[in-house]
Amino acid sequence: MHGNGLKPLSIATVAALVVSLSLVFFYAPLDADQGFIQKIFYLHVPLSIVALAGFVIGAVFAILHLRSGDGRWDARSYVSIHISVIFGVAVLITGSIWAKASWGHWWVWDEPTLVSFLIVFLMYATYYPFRYAIEDRERQARYASVFAIAAGAFVPLNFIAVRLAESLVHPRVFATTSGGLPGSMMLTFLAGLLAIGLLWVTLVKFELTAKSASGQLKRLRRALDAPAPGGASRVAPEVS
Amino acid sequence: MPALPLDEAGKYVAGAYVVFLALIVVYVAIMAAKLQRIERELHELAGFAETRASRDQATPGRGNQAAASSASRPGAASEGGA
Amino acid sequence: MTPTRVAFAAILGKDLRAELRTLQSLPAMALFAVTTFVIFHFGLDRTALSGSLAAGVLWVTVLFAAILGINRLFVAEREEGGFDAIRLAPIDGTAVFAAKAAALLVYLLALELVVVPVFAVFFLDSAAALPPLALVLVLADLGLAATGTLISSMAVNSRARDLLAPLVLLPLAVPLSIAATGAIEPLLALGGPGYHRFGTWLAVLGLYDLIFLLVGYAVFDFLLED
Repeated sequence: MHGNGLKPLSIATVAALVVSLSLVFFYAPLDADQGFIQKIFYLHVPLSIVALAGFVIGAVFAILHLRSGDGRWDARSYVSIHISVIFGVAVLITGSIWAKASWGHWWVWDEPTLVSFLIVFLMYATYYPFRYAIEDRERQARYASVFAIAAGAFVPLNFIAVRLAESLVHPRVFATTSGGLPGSMMLTFLAGLLAIGLLWVTLVKFELTAKSASGQLKRLRRALDAPAPGGASRVAPEVS
Repeated sequence: MPALPLDEAGKYVAGAYVVFLALIVVYVAIMAAKLQRIERELHELAGFAETRASRDQATPGRGNQAAASSASRPGAASEGGA
Repeated sequence: MTPTRVAFAAILGKDLRAELRTLQSLPAMALFAVTTFVIFHFGLDRTALSGSLAAGVLWVTVLFAAILGINRLFVAEREEGGFDAIRLAPIDGTAVFAAKAAALLVYLLALELVVVPVFAVFFLDSAAALPPLALVLVLADLGLAATGTLISSMAVNSRARDLLAPLVLLPLAVPLSIAATGAIEPLLALGGPGYHRFGTWLAVLGLYDLIFLLVGYAVFDFLLED
């Protein structure tokens, strides 16, 4: 049952988010160059790391699906990618807000991480029309897994290529979050990473539980020989 | 990179966190709609199951005939409902 | 089980012979590309191109023409029921993948054999850059062949198949495009071919090719299942 453990997980997520936000606004020191704007990083960077990890996890679930033929792995793969795409929207919007605050433009092509992420997002955005264009349910699941694997392989390649294309004129801003972070900022960042990671897991579990409930409903309907409601969905993967 | 004055910078930071919150709430709203649909269907199915149970109960003493007629009921019910 | 080599040769031969006989895709792709050059001439209002502009126009045109042709790869199969024959035959998925990718590679190379000289005549001053350009294009074509085969073999079994393959292929081709144009741009510089970061870009192209050939090799069996 997907719902098992959802309650303690959500409680842990709420606690982590509260702690993380408190650290961001009450504990972390003000950045010397960027000032208050830098606080966006504590949201934006964890979101992007978790989203990318989510895509890779989706690819791993896809591999498991192809090897086992068990439809539950496909459902997990789909939901992992789905939640990561939603996080991706948040990454792009918060990234754009940061760009506007720092550079005065809503988009900058000079920031390779943001540009790479846009391309990855566009790639995964095609997952939905691709999936829904395949009518046969089993084939849809299999092809979606192939897509998830190819797209998963694509992610690191894309980052490498974009980074190489970056002209060396503009310094990479995200370097501030990796090397040379003072301890208090690193702690705040890690707390944010943990919170967003927990949020991702909670949302994935939540979505899987909802899908499972719909699936059980169909099962019940079949067992009772009851008439089907209008417009049964043939698209998103069923969980039973 | 210029450090914006606090009141201006504050708006951008707040905007970013508001977007984050808004996305979460929109997601909750969508899931709420799904939950509503599930509740509605369960309600329908519960009613259906109850009607069938009471129909089976209402004809206890007819033995084979009752068994035969309740076996044909589901077919008739789904034909009537479809 | 038919040995992979034999199956590979058989499928590749069939595809190439079929294309040679009917000549459906190649002339269309070539015509599309040449007309696109003319449109670029008017759109950019240029009689000569160099550097990044030349690289961009050449690569974008070749990429879009390729994507037009990629759909054709499996459409014939599907329309004439060839897929079922392949599925029933005791052939490894890898043989089919290799053969289809090889056929697509041949199409792309044939396309470029026509299109690149035309591009040079229309927009370039000298042909000095053509040999290294050919090397870059061969590596890029290999990547397009691998991903194109992978995606179109799935898209052909879907609704809206004409839209689906280009939709998915385009973002997938971004790293390839970055590396190809990155290598081509200095080659077409005004002063003569330059090789700034040539090795790096070739390495990226090679990495892309390797990864997607491996992915295709690993998953194609699952695609043929039904």
